[in-house]
Amino acid sequence: MSGTRRKEEGRWAWRLTGFVTLCVYIFMFAPIVATVILSFNASMFGGFPMTGFSLQWYAKLMNNDAVLTAFRTSLWIALVTAVATTAIGVVTAFALVRFEFPGKQALSTLVILPALVPETILGVGLLVLIKAIDQPRTMLLLVLGHILLAVPYVVLIAQARMVGIRRVYEEAALSLGASRFSSFREITLPLLIPAVVGGALLAFTISFDNTSASLFWRPAGVETMPTQILSMLKISISPEINALGTVMILVTVGIPLVGGLILQSLTKLKRRGEPKEEVR
Amino acid sequence: MPDSQDTKIHPRPASAGAIGASAAAEATSPAVEFRNIDIAYGKFVAVRDFSLSIRKGSFVTLLGPSGCGKTTILRSIAGLVDISAGQIMIGDRRVDDVPIYKRNIGLVFQSYALFPHKTVFDNVAFGLKYRNVAKPEIKRKVGQALDMVRLPGSEKKLPSQLSGGQQQRIALARAIVFEPQVLLLDEPLSALDANMREEMRVEIKKIQKETGITAIFVTHDQEEALSMSDRIVVMNAGSAEQIGTPEEVYERPATAFVANFLGKANMLSGTVSRSGGPTTVKLASGQTVNVLAPKPLAQGSAVTVVVRPQKLSVVGTSANRLPGQVVSASYLGGSAIYEVDIGGKTNIRANAPIDGRVRREGEAIELGFDPNDCVLLDEDGRRIS
Repeated sequence: MSGTRRKEEGRWAWRLTGFVTLCVYIFMFAPIVATVILSFNASMFGGFPMTGFSLQWYAKLMNNDAVLTAFRTSLWIALVTAVATTAIGVVTAFALVRFEFPGKQALSTLVILPALVPETILGVGLLVLIKAIDQPRTMLLLVLGHILLAVPYVVLIAQARMVGIRRVYEEAALSLGASRFSSFREITLPLLIPAVVGGALLAFTISFDNTSASLFWRPAGVETMPTQILSMLKISISPEINALGTVMILVTVGIPLVGGLILQSLTKLKRRGEPKEEVR
Repeated sequence: MPDSQDTKIHPRPASAGAIGASAAAEATSPAVEFRNIDIAYGKFVAVRDFSLSIRKGSFVTLLGPSGCGKTTILRSIAGLVDISAGQIMIGDRRVDDVPIYKRNIGLVFQSYALFPHKTVFDNVAFGLKYRNVAKPEIKRKVGQALDMVRLPGSEKKLPSQLSGGQQQRIALARAIVFEPQVLLLDEPLSALDANMREEMRVEIKKIQKETGITAIFVTHDQEEALSMSDRIVVMNAGSAEQIGTPEEVYERPATAFVANFLGKANMLSGTVSRSGGPTTVKLASGQTVNVLAPKPLAQGSAVTVVVRPQKLSVVGTSANRLPGQVVSASYLGGSAIYEVDIGGKTNIRANAPIDGRVRREGEAIELGFDPNDCVLLDEDGRRIS
C-alpha cells in the first residue's frame, strides 16, 4: 500500500523536477534562440511576429565598416590576450604548485583577486591609475586590462591540472639528465596541454565578450565588438543587432566547442594509432 | 666468508664489517661514499652523521622502518635532497653541489614514474637523448635494454598499456640503459602484488649481476633485503644501526633494534651469574643458561640473551634447557611454531622441526639451545663483542 503511494510520490517529484528544469532552460536559452531567429526576420522591426525569412541583415552587417573594424579589433585583442594569459597563467601555476618561496600565499591570493573584484571597480581603478600617472589610454592598456581579467581563470585551471601531475615525473626526467627547463618542456608542459588549451579558449572568450571594463579602457575612437553593439543599441534596436548577436554567439560558443572537439579527436587519433595486441 | 671491506661505518664501529679495511680494498675507490652527512629539514634532523662506503658492483640495501631516513639518504645521492653537512662522493667526484641532471645516476621509483605521454621507446631512450648518443646507437641500446628486462618489441606501447610489473621493468631499463655510475632503487617492489614482487626480486638481482652496476636499494621489507643484498645497512632514527652481510645482520645483530627488526627474536633478560670459564646467565624467568661470551663479563651485570626461534629445539641434547608450557602451537608441515610460557611472565617462540609429534596447547615442553646460538646484548642494547 505504502509502496504504491511512495512510488506515486516519486513520480510526482520527478515531474516537478523536470518541469522546473525545463523552466530554467527556457529562461536561459529563450533570449538566445529569439535573437538567432529574429536575425533572419525580414521585417524592419526587431520583434515578433516574423514577416518572412531573409538574410538581408547579415548582408548589411557585411557592409558595415564600423562593425567589421570592431570585429577585427576584438579578434586581435582576444588572440593576444589568450596567448599572453596562457603563458603567464601556466608559469604562475607551475611556480605556485612546485616551489616554496616567501610570499607564496600572498601571490596566490593576489593572482585570483581580479576575478573577485567587480569588473566595474577594476575598470575604474585602472582608469584612475592611468590618469594619475598621466598616461594616455592605448590599445596596449586595453590588452593588459583583458590579460588582468583572464589570468585568474587560467591560473586556476592550470593549477588544478598541475596538482595532478606527480612530481616524480619531473624527478625522473632530471635524474635521466634533462635540465630543469628541458624537463618542463618535455614532461610537464605536454602533461599540462589540456589545461593550456582550456585556459587559452577561456581567456579568448573572456576577452572577446568583455563589455564593461572595455568601456573604461578603450582608447578614443576604438570600438570592440561588445562596445560597438552597445553604441548601436543607443540608436535603435535594429534587426542588424540580432544578426550581430548571432555572430557573437557563434564565435564565443563555437570556438571553445571546436577547440574541445579538436582536442578530443587528437587524443582519439593517438589512441587509435596505438598497437592493440597484449604483451605477454 | 665474504670479505667485509666494502662497507664501513665511521662513528660507531658496532658493525662486523667495519674493521680491518685491507690495503687491497682501499686501492679501488668506492663507487659511492658518504662522509659524515647530516640532512635536516628545518629543525628536524632526518639523517645524522651517516657514513658509508660502497664498493663498485655491489648491491647494498638500506633497510629500516618508515621515517628512518633511508629514502632521504637515497634521494641525497640523486640530488633530490640537499645535505646540510658532510660530503657525498660518486666515484672520485664530490657531488654535493652537482645538480641532479649532471650526476649520472639511474633512479627507479616506487611508483615507476614512466612518462605517461611517451612510448616505451621514448621513455627508455630519454636518458640517452640527453647524452647526445647518435640515433642508430640509441635504437640499438634501447633494444638491448628491453631484451634484458624481457620485454622485447614493446617499443611502441604506452605505459598505460602495461601491467605494474611490466612498467617497473621498463623503468629499470630506462634507468640502466645509459650505464649510470649508480643505480638507485627506491622501494621498487612495494607497489607490486606478492607474486610479481618475488619474480622482480630475482630479476633485479640478475640484471644487477649481469651489468655489474653498483646498486643501492631502499626497502622496509627484511625478506627483500636478506635475499638480494651483498650488504645491508640497518637504519633507525636517522643513523645506521648495523652494516654487514645478510648473514651477519641476521645471525649477529649489533643492537636490540636490529634483532627485533630482522625477523623474530626472543629477548631474554637476565644477569650474569658466573663469569670466567663458561659464562652463565640467570634469566628473569628463573632458569640459568650457559652462553658463549666473547669477553669476560662482570658478575651481576645485566644482559639480554637473544635467541632466534629457529635455534630453539624441542628437548634434544642442547646444553640449555627451558621447560615451560605450550601456549599456542601452529603446525607448518616441516616444522611447528610454538609459543611457550617459561614462567616469569616470559613467552618465547620456537620454530622447531617436527620430531615425533606436535605438542598441543597446555602440554609441558622443554626447549633448548646451544651456547653458540645466541647473542648477548648489554644494558644499552648493544651486542657485547
